[in-house]
Amino acid sequence: MRDMRASTKVMAAGTAVSPMTAESGEEAGPQEFARIVESHRPQIFRFLLASTRDLDLAETLTQECFLKAHRNWARFRGESTAMTWLMRIAINLQKDHWRNRRLQFWRQTQSNAVDVDEASEWLPSDERDAEQQLLAQEQVQQVWKALESLSHRQRTVFLLRFVEDQGLGEIAQSTGLSEGTVKAHLSRALAKVRAALGGGR
Amino acid sequence: MIFEEKKTGEARTDVLRDRKAEDELDPVLDKVLGNFRQCVHAWSESAYQHTRNETRAAVPGGWRLAVGWAMGCVLVAGGVSGGMYEHHRQVLAKIRAEQEAKQQQLAAQERARATDEDLLAAVDSEVSQEVPAAMEPLAQLMEGDESQ
Repeated sequence: MRDMRASTKVMAAGTAVSPMTAESGEEAGPQEFARIVESHRPQIFRFLLASTRDLDLAETLTQECFLKAHRNWARFRGESTAMTWLMRIAINLQKDHWRNRRLQFWRQTQSNAVDVDEASEWLPSDERDAEQQLLAQEQVQQVWKALESLSHRQRTVFLLRFVEDQGLGEIAQSTGLSEGTVKAHLSRALAKVRAALGGGR
Repeated sequence: MIFEEKKTGEARTDVLRDRKAEDELDPVLDKVLGNFRQCVHAWSESAYQHTRNETRAAVPGGWRLAVGWAMGCVLVAGGVSGGMYEHHRQVLAKIRAEQEAKQQQLAAQERARATDEDLLAAVDSEVSQEVPAAMEPLAQLMEGDESQ
């Protein structure tokens, strides 16, 4: 049974899970978890989609992430935000997935990942003229390409920072790295992205 | 937008502080990264809505599929069991017909044997009642012995 002593469980930044009462504990648990799934699922899916560029894989990993979270929900003590906790599970699942794929190199593993051109087509127009739109699309393509050359950690840190808008402290919690290491990874990732854009310009 | 997370003022300040602390992003890089962010958000939102709609649409379809499968299974099971019953019935009828034929054959043989035996018995009795002329003296002797 969940630790009732935890007074509050902080969900996403700014939203808090109300404390459970002893009477409503049994009913509140699943409802609470359902609320967390509802509010955080899109963000977890987005992170996994950006990491893998594979819709099916992102969907599968998102489901696995929430399944794992549900199994371990009783052990969640609210020391970090629910988002950070879920993101950590998602990062680990993704890491496991790539490790397993590397181990299964003898199998013909087909990747459903879309290419960078297709991924860059989703740029909203923002009433820009066609030339600007094309330039912006090309630059986004180069960022996608640069992401391919990053290490797993660099890519994760980069996406959490620039797509999920997370702070260094939050990234450090999600990845289990120190803030200094996060900064170092982010700096290297940015340097590579900058170089890719510089080459393209 | 479903992807817009509500961040508290404190968390937002942290993010801004981190942004300042990071090596200063030149405006071009900042803009490109902003576009990249928008691109990922738009793609993800579209994909997420699509998967949700697909899941919703798949539910009634899934029921139809399940019902179809169930009906199909019932029909196949019915067809197979009907065929097996029919086959079983035919085999039984064949066995019964064979048994009847055998019984009829036995009865015919019995009848034939009975007719032969009757005939032989009739012939015997007729033969025994007729004493041939050559046996007359011997019959008289036997009658004399019996009287003594």
